[in-house]
Amino acid sequence: MTVATAPATEPAGDHPTSVPGRTAGPARPARRPLRSRLLGSWAAVVYLWLFAPLLVIVVFSFNEPAGKFNTAWRRFTLDNWLHPFRKADYTQALVTSLQVAAIASLVATVLGGLMALALSRYEFRGKGLVSIILVLPLTTPEIVLGSSLFTLFFGQNLSLGFATVVIAHILFCVSFVALTVQARIRGFDWTLEDAALDLGSSPWRTFRTITFPLILPGIGAAALLSFALSIDDYIITSFVAGDGTTTFPMRIFNANKTEIPPQVHVIASAILTAAVTLMAAGAWRTLRGAKP
Amino acid sequence: MSGKASSSLRKGRIAPYGLLSPGVLWLVLFFLVPMWTLLKIAVSTKPNAYLPEYDLTWRWANFSDAVSRFQPELIRSFAYAATATIACILIGYPLAYFLAFRAGRWRTLLLGLIMVPFFTSFLIRTIAWQTILGSDGPARWLLQTFHLTGVADATGLTTNGAFLNTPQAVIGGLTYNFVPFMILPIYVSLEKIDVRLIDAARDLYSRPSKAFGKVVLPLSLPGVFAGTLLTFIPAAGDYINAELLGNVRTGMIGSQVAKLFLRESNYPAAAALSFIFMAIITVGVLLYARLLGTEELSA
Repeated sequence: MTVATAPATEPAGDHPTSVPGRTAGPARPARRPLRSRLLGSWAAVVYLWLFAPLLVIVVFSFNEPAGKFNTAWRRFTLDNWLHPFRKADYTQALVTSLQVAAIASLVATVLGGLMALALSRYEFRGKGLVSIILVLPLTTPEIVLGSSLFTLFFGQNLSLGFATVVIAHILFCVSFVALTVQARIRGFDWTLEDAALDLGSSPWRTFRTITFPLILPGIGAAALLSFALSIDDYIITSFVAGDGTTTFPMRIFNANKTEIPPQVHVIASAILTAAVTLMAAGAWRTLRGAKP
Repeated sequence: MSGKASSSLRKGRIAPYGLLSPGVLWLVLFFLVPMWTLLKIAVSTKPNAYLPEYDLTWRWANFSDAVSRFQPELIRSFAYAATATIACILIGYPLAYFLAFRAGRWRTLLLGLIMVPFFTSFLIRTIAWQTILGSDGPARWLLQTFHLTGVADATGLTTNGAFLNTPQAVIGGLTYNFVPFMILPIYVSLEKIDVRLIDAARDLYSRPSKAFGKVVLPLSLPGVFAGTLLTFIPAAGDYINAELLGNVRTGMIGSQVAKLFLRESNYPAAAALSFIFMAIITVGVLLYARLLGTEELSA
């Protein structure tokens, strides 16, 4: 990664004499604020655009829709928030999604975490090949992943359902986990482990007290990421879920031509609020921890 | 990575393989093997039009059949994804630049905010765009209040005054849903640039735009490259935006594959289409990598 910075240092080093004359020019300080302001306004516009749909979701969770589609504003009501689970099939689908996400992210975090550990800690034959196999699922479009898994399960006469959904979700989470953890623990000083072993610590104790705490933040981030990926997936899931299993995104998509109930907006708003609160709490803790 | 860090890497004989084997086994069983079955079914024939069966007959013509039958959808998928990717670069690059160099102490917060849309479902966000762009939605209201309907039509933003159910809406949805995957890699590559380099470039070149073009832009290209892959590939395969924001003439390749597999049970045709789609993307990615001349695919 550091390769790219090397050639660019050349021009700066070649003409060190040109430095003092140019910096004295009066044009630059005057120009900077305008360009900064333009960039800042652009950023504001982009953030507004990024958050517009979220605002709509939250606002429409308080809407009393005229018909089956909660897509046009009628009047304010708290009714949806008082009965978030009124639509039983959506609640059931949400429960299924949470179960799939919990199992898939747990298994994927273990499998991917172990792979990251092996890749960032050891030098071994076949490392390049493993890295390629790890990246391939990420560069494969979801429809191809979904349809290939479908052909596998169909060919093996496996009935589609909860288990096949979990298998598929683990697959697309493993690569994300392994790469995330690998990025976080790149460049760690593994001699710390040797030091612990030299001081008489058992291998298991070394893992527990040295290795695991070091990789924990990366593992946590990866687990959260895979939970989010799993709970949000529609395309791959639709190929491997069969008729009996319906996840929350499938439920919404399958019904979107006949109904969009406000409970969808309520549940989305609740998840959004919970996630933002967790994130804010985490950020606040890090900030507080950094100060003393 | 310095030499010192890599020297702490261990030479493993058994341990790394032990750690890798469960994950690799999963990837082989549920990624490589399915790719093989997909290819096998792609070159099979369907003996009975009404039964979900297939015979392996190595009929390679399935691929050319798929291409000629679904040519409009293939072209549309790649055209929409390419347009959305370019839009993502135009929108995301200045924002990433702002975050890397101008955001100051707000940087961490603003970076975190980019991730916030991911906390709601992709589908629900797209449904929210239906509301925003719909005939009674705020976007149309703005146009009518400011009498800009003609302008919007003329600039290609709307078709006959409508935002929703147009190709533009599909491309807009794709751009919206995948732009964070463009912003973050560009930000990472910009953030890695040594500020002293930029100062040196400013001193060296008379115009800031030239300093940008000679130093900052080349150094951030790996980020643009990674971002392009991360947006283009999922955008080309996506069909949720096309189904929710488009019309009958905006169907993309994904919905055809899903329809052939799940509703028509025409597995050979579906597999051939799916496989050729992946092949085109793979060739495209390799060409693009060669074109940009970057060896930083792994980064």
